[in-house]
Order: sequence, then structure tokens, then C-alpha cells
Amino acid sequence: MNRLSALRLFCSQVLAILGKDIRYELRSKQTWLGMGLFALLVFVIFNFAFDLRVENRAAVAPGALWVAFVFASLLGLGRTIAAEREGGSLDRLLLCPVDRRAIYLAKLLGNLLFIGIVELVALPIFAALFAVPLFSGELLPIVLLGTLGVATIGTLFSAMTAATRARELLLPLLVFPLIVPVVIAAVRATGALMIAAPNEPPWLGLLAAFDVIFLSLAFLTFSYVIEE
Amino acid sequence: MAVINKTGTALQEAAAPVRRPPRPIVSLLLGTLALVGMMISIWAIFLYAPTDAIEGLSQRIFYFHVPVAWLAMLSFVIVALGGAVYLWRADERWDWLALAAAESGAVFTTLTLVTGSLWGRATWGTWWTWDARLTTSLILWFLYVAYLMLRSYLGKTSTSARAGAVLAILGVIDVPIIYESVNWWRTLHPAAEIGTPGALPPSVVLVLMLALVSFTLFYCVLLIQLYQLVRLQHLSWRLRARLQAVD
Repeated sequence: MNRLSALRLFCSQVLAILGKDIRYELRSKQTWLGMGLFALLVFVIFNFAFDLRVENRAAVAPGALWVAFVFASLLGLGRTIAAEREGGSLDRLLLCPVDRRAIYLAKLLGNLLFIGIVELVALPIFAALFAVPLFSGELLPIVLLGTLGVATIGTLFSAMTAATRARELLLPLLVFPLIVPVVIAAVRATGALMIAAPNEPPWLGLLAAFDVIFLSLAFLTFSYVIEE
Repeated sequence: MAVINKTGTALQEAAAPVRRPPRPIVSLLLGTLALVGMMISIWAIFLYAPTDAIEGLSQRIFYFHVPVAWLAMLSFVIVALGGAVYLWRADERWDWLALAAAESGAVFTTLTLVTGSLWGRATWGTWWTWDARLTTSLILWFLYVAYLMLRSYLGKTSTSARAGAVLAILGVIDVPIIYESVNWWRTLHPAAEIGTPGALPPSVVLVLMLALVSFTLFYCVLLIQLYQLVRLQHLSWRLRARLQAVD
């Protein structure tokens, strides 16, 4: 009973912080608009950088899709804690009797939501620009798990870099090496949807495994990086 | 006069927690052993070990490449372990150990990539290929660089130590992947042949073991020196901060 009420409290804390972030984002429209436009620009640049033709489309498209998603995600992830710090609300948030893990979970869910909306808008545009059939239901779990992996690491490290002078520089340097397995698995799984390749490892399972590892480690360690 | 006295006592106070460094006898002994081991290793690598029938002379870089790669991986495990214990116990000595291991590990990972690249040029005809083991080793190098950059950006604070520990704990997942990469994927990189009976002649195994032991001894000496350096850097920084507070 005691544990149940603690869980209920935890959930209400998560929802309260998440609700605040969503309201903030709906009013400012800064993050998701910027992320969405950035993703579109990456598509356009890739289109010219690789001189897309029918025969190389299937080889280039998954990479282009994930580069756009990862770069756009990092743009939004960098704002996660930094926006709180700039507004001076981070100290107040930390002073509240809130479980640090609730803060992490709320920030992670918020990031997933914003990135997810951007991806939902960007996917049809991507499919039209690159003329690839991407509307299969199988793409959804890949995008969800891939985004979860990127957001898990990104949210954790945005808390670390928020205090530094050069956080825009430092965040990608810290996040990219760690998310390489997630990106590889996501790109390969997306590619396998376009051209069925035999003898491929179970990329979706690997993706899920990395998500679980990262999520549990981030959950355990978040309180250490946010403490002042 | 009062100022001098004040500064003097402040110095004494600040100097009080400074422990005497461990007896240099350990370092000297390890250093001598490492030096002798290295000399014998170099002789054995170039004169004693048999020349590979297929790869020829270029195979001899293997006796450098394997110990250096082993130390690169070991170092990251030490960084992660030091970080984990630091988070658990909040004893900054573990953080100094982690930082020292990261600095030496970055050098050894660079050496691994360079020696591997030289061998690849001679044997495969290319400096680099996106093989699973090469890619995961490159990621390890990026992790070391990211760790050192994070630490230097955050300065000598406990925030820096905690952030570094978390990065190392997440990054250490890469080490088993590097180790197992030749078994999990079909790679160009040669697989481990040490445990396989009959794969290598006994003289090759002997020279390799000698090189491994000598390099590890050398690494221990290096790690002790770097640890002392990091420790003194932190203590001197703290002394300076206290002096400024007194002024």
C-alpha cells in the first residue's frame, strides 16, 4: 500500500513536470519548429550531396533519414535542461521535494514527444522527397526505439553539459560515440525494410537491448549529474 | 608581518591534509622490471620470434599491437570502475585514478589505431576499413576524447568527476563489444588465436606473453605517475583556491 502510494506520487510528479514542459513548448513553439525545419533542411542537403537516382535510393535513404532525425533530436535535446537553467527554474525544480528520477523521466518523455511529433511530420515529407515507400507499419517500432535510444542518452547528457560554457559543442561530442550502436541498428533495420537482406542480425532486438541498457543506466545515474 | 603570519598558517593548514606520496620504491621496482622486460621483449620480437610465413616481417607489429590494445581496453575499464566507486563512496582518490587511467588510455588507444593501421596498410593494402573491430576501437578513442574534453570543460569540480563517471559507466559497454566483435561479426580483423591449440607456434605465444607482461608493467608505472600528477594538480589547485580565499 505504501509502495503503491509512492508510485502514485512519482507518477503525479512526472506528469506535473511533463505538463509544464508541454505547456511551455506550446506557447513558445521554439524547439519543435526549429527541429522540424532543421530535419527538412538535412533532407534537402542530402538530396544534393548524394545525387539521388533510382538505383542508389534504397542505399542512401535510411542513412539520410537517421542523420536528419539524430541531428534534429540533438538540437532539441540540448535545450532540455539548458532552458530551465536560463530561466532560473532549474534550482527551484531541484529544491522541490521531487525524486530526481521523476525529473529525468518527465524530461525524457517530453523529449520523446517533441521529437516524435517532428518525426511524424518529417516522415511523409521524406517519403515524398526521396520517393521511397515508407508507410509500412513496421517502420514505427524502429523509429520509436531508435528515438528512445537517442533521447535516453541525450537527456542524460544535456543535464551534464547544461552547466558548461560550450554546451552546443560538447553535447554532440559526448552523445554521438555512445549512440553509434543505436544508430547503426536503426539504419540497418530501416534499410532491411526497403531491401530484404538475408542473414542480417536481429537489428530490432539489438535496438531494444541497447535501449534497455541505456535507460536503466541513465535512470541509475541521473541523480549524480543533476546534483549541484 | 601579520599578513605573512596569516598566509603562513593558511599554507600550513592547507598543507596538512597532503599525505606523503607512496614510497617511490614501488615505482622504481616496477620501472626497472618494465625496462628490463621491454628490452628483452624488443630483442625477442625482432630476433627470436619466427617470421610469419604469409605476412612476413610486418606480422611482428602484432607483438606491439596486442599489448597496446589490451591496455587501451583495460584502461577504460579502470576509468569506469574508478568512476563507479567514486559515485558510490564519494572518495576523490578513485576519481584521480579514473582521470589518470583516461589520460594513459587515450594514448594507448591512439597507439592501437596507429599500429593497426600500419599493419593494415602492409597486409590489407589499406590504412582503414570499416570493420566491426576497427569501428568499435575508433568509438573507444572518441569516448576517451569525449571524457577528457568533458573533464577539462567542467574543471576541477565534483560535478566534473560525477559527469565523467557517468560517461565512463555508459561508455564501458563498448569494451566487451570490441573484445567480442571478431566473434560476433565476420570481420577482416584476425580473430583471437591464443586459446586455440595449434593455431600459433609456442615461441610466438611466449614472445607475446613476454610483451604483454612488459607492457602491462610499463602501464602500471605510467598509471602511478599520472595518478600522482593528477593528485598533486588537484591539491595545488585547492591550495591556491584557499590562499585566494584568505586574501
